[in-house]
Amino acid sequence: MIDPVFASRLQFALTTIVHIVFPVMSMGLAPFLVYFTWKDIRTGQPIYEQLRRFWTRIFAVSFVVGTVTGIVLEFEFGTNFAAFSTTAGELFGGPLALEGMMAFMLEATFLGIFVFGRERVGNVLYMCSAIAVGLGTWLSALWILIANSWMQTPRGYELATENGQTIVQLVDPVAAYANPRFPWMFVHMQNAAVESVALFMAGLGAYFVFRHHVWGYPVERIGFWETTLKFGLLALLITAPLQVLHGDLYARHVVETQPQKFAAMEAVWETDSYVPEYIVAFPTSIQDLFDPRAKDIFGIGIPGGASWLASGGDPQATIQGLEEFSGPQPPVAIVFWAFRIMVALGFWFVLLAVWGGYRWWRGELLEDDLLQKALMISTPLGLLAVELGWVVTEVGRQPWLIQDVLRTSEGVSTGLTAVEATTTLAGFAVVYLGLLALYAYVVVRIVRAGPPKVDGPELDGTGTPASEVQADD
Amino acid sequence: MTDLASLATDPLFGLPLADLWFGLLFFIFATFLFLDGFDFGVGVLFATREDTDEREQLLSAIGPFWDGNEVWLVVFGGAMFAAFPAVYANLFSRHYLLLFAILGALILRGLAPEMYEQRHDEAWQRWWGRAFVVGSLTAPFFLGLFTANWLLGATTIVTLPGVVVGLAVVALTIVDGVAFLRLKTRGDLREGLRTDGYRALVAYLLLIVVTLGYVYGAAPALRSALFSAPVAALVLATLVLAGVYAAATWADRYYVAFGAVAGLVFALVGIVAGLMYPIIDRAGGLTVETAIVSTLPLNLMSIGAAILLPLVFVYFVVLYSAFSGPIEAGESY
Repeated sequence: MIDPVFASRLQFALTTIVHIVFPVMSMGLAPFLVYFTWKDIRTGQPIYEQLRRFWTRIFAVSFVVGTVTGIVLEFEFGTNFAAFSTTAGELFGGPLALEGMMAFMLEATFLGIFVFGRERVGNVLYMCSAIAVGLGTWLSALWILIANSWMQTPRGYELATENGQTIVQLVDPVAAYANPRFPWMFVHMQNAAVESVALFMAGLGAYFVFRHHVWGYPVERIGFWETTLKFGLLALLITAPLQVLHGDLYARHVVETQPQKFAAMEAVWETDSYVPEYIVAFPTSIQDLFDPRAKDIFGIGIPGGASWLASGGDPQATIQGLEEFSGPQPPVAIVFWAFRIMVALGFWFVLLAVWGGYRWWRGELLEDDLLQKALMISTPLGLLAVELGWVVTEVGRQPWLIQDVLRTSEGVSTGLTAVEATTTLAGFAVVYLGLLALYAYVVVRIVRAGPPKVDGPELDGTGTPASEVQADD
Repeated sequence: MTDLASLATDPLFGLPLADLWFGLLFFIFATFLFLDGFDFGVGVLFATREDTDEREQLLSAIGPFWDGNEVWLVVFGGAMFAAFPAVYANLFSRHYLLLFAILGALILRGLAPEMYEQRHDEAWQRWWGRAFVVGSLTAPFFLGLFTANWLLGATTIVTLPGVVVGLAVVALTIVDGVAFLRLKTRGDLREGLRTDGYRALVAYLLLIVVTLGYVYGAAPALRSALFSAPVAALVLATLVLAGVYAAATWADRYYVAFGAVAGLVFALVGIVAGLMYPIIDRAGGLTVETAIVSTLPLNLMSIGAAILLPLVFVYFVVLYSAFSGPIEAGESY
């Protein structure tokens, strides 16, 4: 049996890591769907009807799986983190309730019309439903990130005693909910969602373009996939550079507000100036290989890089080391590597965007085999980058559940037994991984079935299948 | 107008907000149970229909609605967290495994219809059909069990009154599902459902009588509340509404029957609330007054709910009007 504190933490980590995939898909698809619906209604061109209908199917599945996996998260605050819920309910409960009433309701009701109602309602109500669904997904993120960002940079509260327990009392709602972290998080997350979906679309488009033009298997309605590739690439051109630039500024904000987390991101143990930005780092002794908090590490990096990043341009700047913070340290290696891989992916996406944009500008988008392959490989990488970003945020905040207020170990339900916690952890490990696999299976099926056939002239592919070229020869 | 500084010290407009939130919490719960109740009922009735077309019609009937309906449970959790955080924490951690059983059932119920439609081969649909039935049957059962344990302050998972209430809620959701499906279908399917409705109604009434008998005989702490005016009135209302439902179903007055079921659900949840008040967490020793969150967040939440909940009702009216009337044979949304 696993210790209930550890099991609860692991279970929350597992359930959030699986759940976040689905909201990222729906939030990222939302602006595309609003646009496709608008163009479908305004122009009546078959391609927009195809785009709307195809991506709505993906959206609907993401939404359903997101709903069933998300309700669990809300209830886990009560079941597994009862001490946290009692302590912080005053500040934390409100945003969750508002998320339900303001955002989730809007999304779930109008989704019914958006998915099932094209033939039943007029254009205006249909368009409004698309907007309501999209708005709902983004408002959901707003309230959830208000709640989460408050745990990173808690403001507007006082500690009080109620029914014999120390609780966090709300004194200044504006300071609490418009806390310093919130705008950083919201922009970074929403842009990441659109970027992830852009990569997803571009990757799928590239796969079918490659299949059609390079492998020479004629793909039905190839025009649809070419258009999908272009939409994905266009969105990537906007979001990828923004994410890197914004991420750079965000890192500086973390230096100021959560220096312990930043020190973990850079694996800086002793306060120092001219700190290098390690590209890779390893413990110097074999015994430390599996200790995420190993202090003696050997790294290869850019001299002064971390100082430069932390200060916004000064390679001589001082970085506070982890040893300045008393108490337990976050598992440094996890935070360090998650941060590195996320940043590397962020730059890779910029490269992809520029590469693709250049080819497109030259009119060679469909002819660059290597580009298609790079895009295909990158299909799920946006989602991976989001996961890693959240690992940096959440693991990097440890040992705190609410930064400098409540330790994670103090937030777990006190009455929870090891048997109960282990039972549900094992259950979730099976069910959630199963759900993820099932989701992947259904998405693949939808993709293989391809875009729906619609009335009106189909968009022709801009190239000819290679097999036909050979046949002509 | 209440000025901003007093938001932190005085309840909004001097209202008894703690009691109002207690009422609102159960109102949200009843709305959830009525709306998602018919989805559960449809899921249970799914097991009794063999014909592929009929099964498709059952799924189509709830297709656009169930997701929105289920969100009332999310709002219930959020409202309890925001208004009574200590109750939220105590109750959910005490009934740990039961809560996850409810969530597991909801996962099955939510996923199954979506998966069922993804492939059209027989084995796939048979398994997801079963998953749909199991989820739809166990979700209301566990919800009833949870509610009874909450009311009685039980600390174990399975209690005898809890099982009876669980079965009562299952029966009620079947009545609910029948009333809904008779609005949404035609012909033989609609006719055949009448009997299912009667049977479930009789089962529900018997189980409620057993429950009330248990409360009278074995729960002395609740006995006096049983004879308080509101609870007695709601018990009486249950009998009247059951009669209305039976008569309206006989006379094919579909909307009247559906309304009567809404009344039955609200009466049941009202009885629970009436028996519970002024305590809100018996096992944890919390009353509504001691468990309520402090004034500032309470005022803010009250303003939020006063604006947003009416809007949510507008969304539901828009959604249900867009898909009003029976589904035509062979039509799927």
